[in-house]
Amino acid sequence: MEIRKLTCISCPMGCPLTVEMEGDEIISVTGNTCKRGDVYARKEVTDPTRIVTSTVKVIGGKADMVSVKTREDVPKGKVFDCVKALKGVEIKAPVHIGDIIVPDAAGTGIDIVATKNVEEV
Amino acid sequence: MKSYDIVIIGGGPAGLAAAVSAKENGIDSILILERDKELGGILNQCIHNGFGLHTFKEELTGPEYAQRFIDQAEKLGIEYKLNTMVMDISPQKTVTAMNRQEGMFEIQAKAVILAMGCRERSRGALNIPGYRPAGIYSAGTAQRLVNMEGLMPGREVVILGSGDIGLIMARRMTFEGAKVKVVAELMPYSGGLKRNIVQCLDDYGIPLKLSHTVVDIKGRKRLEGVTLAEVDSNGKPIPGTEEFYSCDTLLLSVGLIPENEISNGMGVQMNPVTSGPEVNESLETNIEGVFACGNVLHVHDLVDFVSEEAATAGKNAAAYVKGIRQAGGGRDVRLNPVDGVRYTVPMMVNTARMDENLTIRFRVGGVYKNCYVSTYFDDERVIHRKRQIVAPGEMEEIRLTKEQLLKYPDLETITVKIEEA
Repeated sequence: MEIRKLTCISCPMGCPLTVEMEGDEIISVTGNTCKRGDVYARKEVTDPTRIVTSTVKVIGGKADMVSVKTREDVPKGKVFDCVKALKGVEIKAPVHIGDIIVPDAAGTGIDIVATKNVEEV
Repeated sequence: MKSYDIVIIGGGPAGLAAAVSAKENGIDSILILERDKELGGILNQCIHNGFGLHTFKEELTGPEYAQRFIDQAEKLGIEYKLNTMVMDISPQKTVTAMNRQEGMFEIQAKAVILAMGCRERSRGALNIPGYRPAGIYSAGTAQRLVNMEGLMPGREVVILGSGDIGLIMARRMTFEGAKVKVVAELMPYSGGLKRNIVQCLDDYGIPLKLSHTVVDIKGRKRLEGVTLAEVDSNGKPIPGTEEFYSCDTLLLSVGLIPENEISNGMGVQMNPVTSGPEVNESLETNIEGVFACGNVLHVHDLVDFVSEEAATAGKNAAAYVKGIRQAGGGRDVRLNPVDGVRYTVPMMVNTARMDENLTIRFRVGGVYKNCYVSTYFDDERVIHRKRQIVAPGEMEEIRLTKEQLLKYPDLETITVKIEEA
């Protein structure tokens, strides 16, 4: 049996959660003081996901950098792969919000898109 | 001299939302003055997600959130000047500003909305001993360098203070290949949002040391390391707990201070607790027709509430210009924050001028578990809300209605306090 310890982020309370697991199966969630803690713990141990945000260089734009994000959540284990997929990437201005910067980042099936408009100089 | 109905100082989230709201409430002559080269303010460097959950019911990054409001302002044809620094505003609302094209110039405003935002508390305000080598930055400066200029401040990082910007930068610097060794927080609790502790520190195994501070700085030209020590309940370092961390970068995330030089210059009355103007229910300062909103008024955690507050200021400024604001009548009711409640915004409510609904925002001075947030109309308790936890890092609010207040014709004071269960 595996024990996972988490901090709930559903509210400022920050309950210390303990999840008992048997393989992929959740045996119990304890330490939560409300239902939301239980829901958070189950999602976090079975399918934790995050949005990854970073920046890439812009060539010939009014700004030097443009901010980017994964269009949707990616598995937590893929976060650094998405960051790596951005290494050395440069994009020509103009760039607009939603423009694809890296398609299918790190094999997640999710595109990395621009989150800022940078016009040409 | 050029004149406008409403001049808004600052084109960040507060200024933009105030402008949009003023326009939607019937004012065409609006000017935003912004000192940076683009609109959007600090959101431009906040590239992380988590903005807009309340306003747009989706999770946006800072630049995306800003763009929504910039698009609205552009669509409404709101005028703005960039790279323009406001130097002074007179009590008669003459705005003195300067930029490269026009030099120094004056603008007469009928109403002014203060939306200058805030600044980071600096090392000078902390009295950290030791040398002053390169490599010590405020977290927001590092954020601007990394996210907008594409520059890395350093490779081995210690962060002092657990404010949200510091936590966000811990993750950001990690993404860019730096090693963030530790975050030290003087207080026994974090100043940042729980979600940032988990997603920016815990996710990357970065330790958070509560009740710790920097007691020494090593390095003459470039930072070589810092010494952390545990502090007692008075914030004094405990001898024997010192621990040395080698690092080339120290980020400070130790609080934000509203930027009110201009407000002070024009004689706006300040609240020493928030370092922002004292305002009434209309978010109007002691100078008639001068309103304040956003982080210049009090430091917020969520931009969504800045936008909401700024829309109120814009609407009230519009009503003031149109002369449809109830001036006389009604009662002035004082708000009285006590017993754990540090301040309220607003500090005064006029029962005739107030809208049907009024949001009172406040912060508490410590962590309280299983407590009640109570509101008293004079001696009578009218709201008694059970809370599992309230903490200084998360802004609180209570909502009052005009109907509720009018039931108490002799009301003088509304007291907001924390009561133990």
